[in-house]
Amino acid sequence: MTGQLAFWSPGEQVSLREAFGRVLCHLGETRSDFWLFDADVAGGTGAKPFADRFPGRVVQFGIAEQNMVAAAAGFAEGNCIPVVAGFASFLMMRAHEQFRTAVAYPGRNVKVCCSHVGVDVGPDGATAQMVEDLAVTRSIPNVTVVVPADANELMLAVPEVLDLDGPVYMRIGRSPAPVVFDRDHRFRIGRATVLADGRDAAIVATGTLVARAVSAAETLRREGVAVRVINLSTIKPLDRDTLLAAARDTGAIVTAEDHNRHGGMGGAVCEFLSQHHPVPVEVVGIDDRFGTSGEAEDLCRHFGLTAADLVAATRRVLARKP
Amino acid sequence: MNKLFETAQSIRAEALKMIHAAGSGHPGGSLSCADLLAALYFDELRVRPDRPDWPERDRFVLSKGHAAPAYYAALGLRGYFPREQFSSFRRLGGLLQGHPEVTTPGVDAPSGSLGMGLSQGLGMAHAARVCGRPTRVYVLLGDGDMEEGNTWEALMAAPHQGITRLVALLDANGLQGDGPVEAQMDYGPAPEKLAAFGWRVQEIDGHDLGEILDALAAAREAGDAPTFVVARTVKGKGVSFMEHDNGWHGSRGLTPGELETALEELEGSAR
Amino acid sequence: MSTGNAGPYPGELLGELRSRAAEIRRRVVQMVYDGGSGHCGGSLSVADILAALYFRELRLDPDRPHWPERDRFVLSKGHACPALYAALAGRGFFDPADLTRFRHLGSPLKGHPERCVPGVETVTGSLGQGISAALGMALGLRRKGSPGRVYAVVGDGEMQEGQVWEALMAAGHFRLDNFTCFVDRNRLQGDGRTEEILDLEPLAEKLRAFRWHVQEIDGHDMAAILGAIDAAKRVRGQPQIIVANTVKGKGVSYMESVPQWHGTAPPTDPELATALAELGAEEAAT
Repeated sequence: MTGQLAFWSPGEQVSLREAFGRVLCHLGETRSDFWLFDADVAGGTGAKPFADRFPGRVVQFGIAEQNMVAAAAGFAEGNCIPVVAGFASFLMMRAHEQFRTAVAYPGRNVKVCCSHVGVDVGPDGATAQMVEDLAVTRSIPNVTVVVPADANELMLAVPEVLDLDGPVYMRIGRSPAPVVFDRDHRFRIGRATVLADGRDAAIVATGTLVARAVSAAETLRREGVAVRVINLSTIKPLDRDTLLAAARDTGAIVTAEDHNRHGGMGGAVCEFLSQHHPVPVEVVGIDDRFGTSGEAEDLCRHFGLTAADLVAATRRVLARKP
Repeated sequence: MNKLFETAQSIRAEALKMIHAAGSGHPGGSLSCADLLAALYFDELRVRPDRPDWPERDRFVLSKGHAAPAYYAALGLRGYFPREQFSSFRRLGGLLQGHPEVTTPGVDAPSGSLGMGLSQGLGMAHAARVCGRPTRVYVLLGDGDMEEGNTWEALMAAPHQGITRLVALLDANGLQGDGPVEAQMDYGPAPEKLAAFGWRVQEIDGHDLGEILDALAAAREAGDAPTFVVARTVKGKGVSFMEHDNGWHGSRGLTPGELETALEELEGSAR
Repeated sequence: MSTGNAGPYPGELLGELRSRAAEIRRRVVQMVYDGGSGHCGGSLSVADILAALYFRELRLDPDRPHWPERDRFVLSKGHACPALYAALAGRGFFDPADLTRFRHLGSPLKGHPERCVPGVETVTGSLGQGISAALGMALGLRRKGSPGRVYAVVGDGEMQEGQVWEALMAAGHFRLDNFTCFVDRNRLQGDGRTEEILDLEPLAEKLRAFRWHVQEIDGHDMAAILGAIDAAKRVRGQPQIIVANTVKGKGVSYMESVPQWHGTAPPTDPELATALAELGAEEAAT
């Protein structure tokens, strides 16, 4: 009963969590090499449809993330792939050391997929809004860090994540977000995609900020500014070629992420460009503050993550061009 | 049984030689678990040193990773790698890292950060179950492991998840890094707590090889719950000036004179 | 095990506390409605315990939230903060009118408790951390020779976190007799029944092995709650834990023992009306 994987149409508002559950169910029909590791949050991560459909392929750990992550390492040692899903703050922070030492150090084939990242989480507030996950994962050797931009890209990414032999951290947005890519989008780990071309500046965006980058570029285009929009869906390893080309061709970069400005994707881009092709960079993200309660859209405005903020950042970076 | 005792003494001797050569390491906790390691590697574990990654093998996790010298000695004596490798302990580029790493033949899990070993063993037992392998999993913990919440998460999960082919062995030597367990953080009474967490608990003398083998045999018979063996041990066991002296927890080397005395004592008792 | 001694508590006191509990519950439901999201079930299950603590037991001064001699309270199960906010407002720490801004951008009453709220002692919302913070408070008070006592509430699902057992172990080791902890034993957690997700039983046996003084009570019986607190205060040389058997969603018929009301969807207009009516009726009956 292998059905076709149903994609959404560009422009639809879809939570990446919904896509996560859908693609796990789809893959559950065709491959038997992965299991879901859950810490009583399958309802929250979007994995519940898989848990309901394949109860024999779920290992329930209760609210005990340290045990779950270290057990995932042991499970992977036996050539079974654990897909460990949870809320980022509680899974990736509490079990960070287990992830580093038991999973990443021996290079275990463990896939940690976290929802509740950035202020996109909404009203639950700062404890549940992890704005540091990219910093604490990309600084660990052996780890691949994947951030899908929308529901469709997530569904294309998950099989690639499962096929990669090694530890992966994947970010899953919580709130509904506009679908950017259609079903023909080619997702490859380590490869960024260029969504719009331009030579005045480039916006390098990740996750839910990609849709906003597209809309910022449209606004700027109407003003005669040609902005290249890049979806950096793998934070580690970086797509150096695409970044280098953007820096060379445009000489002005804006990065955009729902994450602390410190240590995130913008930091990764700056680390690379400052050594290989220094150009002015504006890093758009959360300005080293904790999140707070509020609706996701309001929080985006509050923390300066809207398309208008990206337009303003682009103007700033253009003004800094030599 | 005599042979096993000799092997345990050899593990002790090789561990101390390693620590002496490296100039650092953890002698106290290596000596306390030598008998448990001898019983596991030379009687209990279904492993094939010529094929360290044989999928059907039993797994062993040294959760108290700082006892690596004894672990390496057991692996080397069992034939996983030549004994010449013992001299690479703690050296740059050496096969034998200061704490266990999976690139060493025979090492199934990294350790050195207390509290993670039982969880990794639990995950291995899950993998064996879903793949239908006969694998049994053994995890050796130290007192310090018992103070980590991660260990109690694993203790709570295993019986609930119906995992039975999992044996935890506690090297209860009563001393941790900075002092006696009772003074630092008394995790006891271990048997009561472990029974309340749903484990089959056995309490033994961790230096009595007969009791160790009996406990492992009883664990194999037990099909209804995972087994926890609380092995009462002596830190620094076998070397008079190290026994009960927490100055030998680590990470310190031995002088040539100390090593000589220690080896004489170990050989004397093995004979 | 000792069961909570009901004790000779005056009917007036019990009646007053019950009506306080009903008020907390009404405010919980209203808050989650106004906030557009939140956790009703676990807030309603803990309401009686909070009423007993805030309106009889805790030595506090709402005008001086940082009064050094005060008792401390930590809601380790931080998602039940609507009940905590309602209790704090009722006790006079801030204007109950502020409750309407629960979870709104810019409001101090965030989705999980933070110290910007007068009367909140520590940030919670990441399960397992609050009890450790409370343990530290109890240690600090003892070291300073302060008469203050520390109370905490952990959720039963929360007890699956290893950190909780680290804290339980440490409190037993330190013999912290100025520390009383409640388990809000409503037997439901985010995704289902606690017994199915990760069984805690035999809970009392575990807690005793961790060297706590253990009582088990009906967490909705006000006299039993008071009796258990009073008995706990008489214990020397041991921390005390009160396993309060509760009903998730208690007091609102359609929420009781229904897992979906864990959180975070708000009640609809008719659901709100029904809940408020039921909770008002309960108050009138006492």
